[in-house]
Amino acid sequence: MSPALELRGVTLALGGSPVLRGVDLALGEGEILGLLGRNGSGKTTLVRVATRVLEPDAGEVRLGGRLLASYTRRELARTLAVVPQETSVPFAFRTLEVVLMGRAPHLGLLGFESDRDIARAMQAMERVGIAHLADRPVTVLSGGERQLVVLARALAQDASILLLDEPTAFLDLRHRLAVLTLVRELARSGRSAIVVSHDLGLAARFCDRLALLCDGVVLASGPPGEVLVPGALRRAFGIDADIVPGPGGAPLVVPRLEGPC
Amino acid sequence: MTLLTKRRLAVLVAGFALLLSASIVAGLAIGPSGLSPQRVIRALAGGGSPADADIVLRVRLPRVVLAALVGASLSVAGVLFQALLRNPLADPYVLGVSGGAALGAVAVMAFGASLGLGYAFVAPAAFLGALAATILLFGVAGARGRLSSTSLLLTGVVFNAFASAAIVFVASLAGLAEGTSIFLWLIGNLSSARTDEALGVAVFLVAGLGCAVPLARGLDLLALGEEPATQLGVDVPRMKRLLLLATALMVGAAVAVSGLVGFVGLIIPHLLRLVLGPGHRLLIPAGALGGAAFLVLCDTVARSLLDGRELPVGAVTALVGGPLFLVLLRREQGGRGMR
Repeated sequence: MSPALELRGVTLALGGSPVLRGVDLALGEGEILGLLGRNGSGKTTLVRVATRVLEPDAGEVRLGGRLLASYTRRELARTLAVVPQETSVPFAFRTLEVVLMGRAPHLGLLGFESDRDIARAMQAMERVGIAHLADRPVTVLSGGERQLVVLARALAQDASILLLDEPTAFLDLRHRLAVLTLVRELARSGRSAIVVSHDLGLAARFCDRLALLCDGVVLASGPPGEVLVPGALRRAFGIDADIVPGPGGAPLVVPRLEGPC
Repeated sequence: MTLLTKRRLAVLVAGFALLLSASIVAGLAIGPSGLSPQRVIRALAGGGSPADADIVLRVRLPRVVLAALVGASLSVAGVLFQALLRNPLADPYVLGVSGGAALGAVAVMAFGASLGLGYAFVAPAAFLGALAATILLFGVAGARGRLSSTSLLLTGVVFNAFASAAIVFVASLAGLAEGTSIFLWLIGNLSSARTDEALGVAVFLVAGLGCAVPLARGLDLLALGEEPATQLGVDVPRMKRLLLLATALMVGAAVAVSGLVGFVGLIIPHLLRLVLGPGHRLLIPAGALGGAAFLVLCDTVARSLLDGRELPVGAVTALVGGPLFLVLLRREQGGRGMR
């Protein structure tokens, strides 16, 4: 069976400098793939290529075995949902209205949301724990609350693949755990997810596989225990670290303070 | 909360249509020889005295209709600019797009005769001027995604200063006599309203609305950003091209017949968003009807405030709009919507 999402030899330069250099990556059905790497290593660019916001210079991207280029924008939006790093909304849309925007790929251009769409949006807000914000303008929400709104919008999209670009960056620890637990539950029901993260500990605990990106190249990929090893971490992040067994057997990265930065 | 349904949309649009009808009747009734609303309606229906019919249908109606069309065009253009630039301060007048249209129009007025171009070329030239200014503006704004309010307003100041200077230059070249009429026209007025002009603006407005209305939901999604909108299935480059065309059509037509009427595209969308929320499926038709009603009323004030003399309608919209805008700006900065 073909992977849910597959990148083969994806190469892309932006403004003359190479950002992705022959990236091979596959995301299985029901799998959570953690994408790690230092700032500027190409993680967000990879998400952009996977959603065809950027076209690769070379290589190909397949979605469910089909070339990404053969999808219409709306088809793509019904299959792939993205939670971006940060969202700012200049107009005072209410939370429910923003979550309902996730239903847009399922409706006609002038389409009005049906009761079913509204129920889906409400359900997504309840799962993320923001049902109480439904009537609040998103312009008055905190950064963390806005991130949860965007996550609920992505859930309402009913896509089989979620691409989460640092979905927990603005969240406190309790909400980080809640979001990643939710992604785990979604994976159990057959959805796949790529989670871009800087939190190596949480990524190791919640992801089935990790991929370590360094200067546009996949340095290592596989189960967390195989990827989070001192040599790879030194090359990817420029740090020296000890790996100790964490709870549940997941590797725990303990950076050495005197290491080169 | 009340979400937009087809029924709610129909009821609210009908409400705004009623508001516009009332302001049109007021605009037709008020003037040097005051008429009662009943006499206006009788004249509109083809009855009443020949004198009433003459005043209502021949003297006042073309001007009221033109005011409504210009108001609708400017207001919808404001809505579209704000959505496209993701900034509630964007407006064709403030950004200098009206100035670009005026420059195009003035160039034809000044030199058209010697080039064999008649008055019919003023509107197309204004459209081209608006289009050029819009493309330039989006070139500046598009380079870095979303412009901050400060950069946006500064860009507008520069555009306006440049357009004004170019207009003065062209007017000076054309000689003083023509120059004076050009300057009067640039304050923004509707005193030379003609039926054929109204018809022309109507065509541009309908074409502009025809581009904008089907894209209303896409504009809602654009509020999340260009990339998120793309990832939700919107063809953003196509939408931007169509809407640039729509705004240039509407601004060009409005400026060609009325000159530089300011603040309509800023005040009306702001007020409507406060009352109706930011959803564009409602904001675009309500903006058209509300902007039309606003300019009909402003023009009625402009021609009846001073006995025997007329104010340019642009002066009235600025006098009403300037202070109102400052109030809205303060309110908005109290919230967190202006980043």
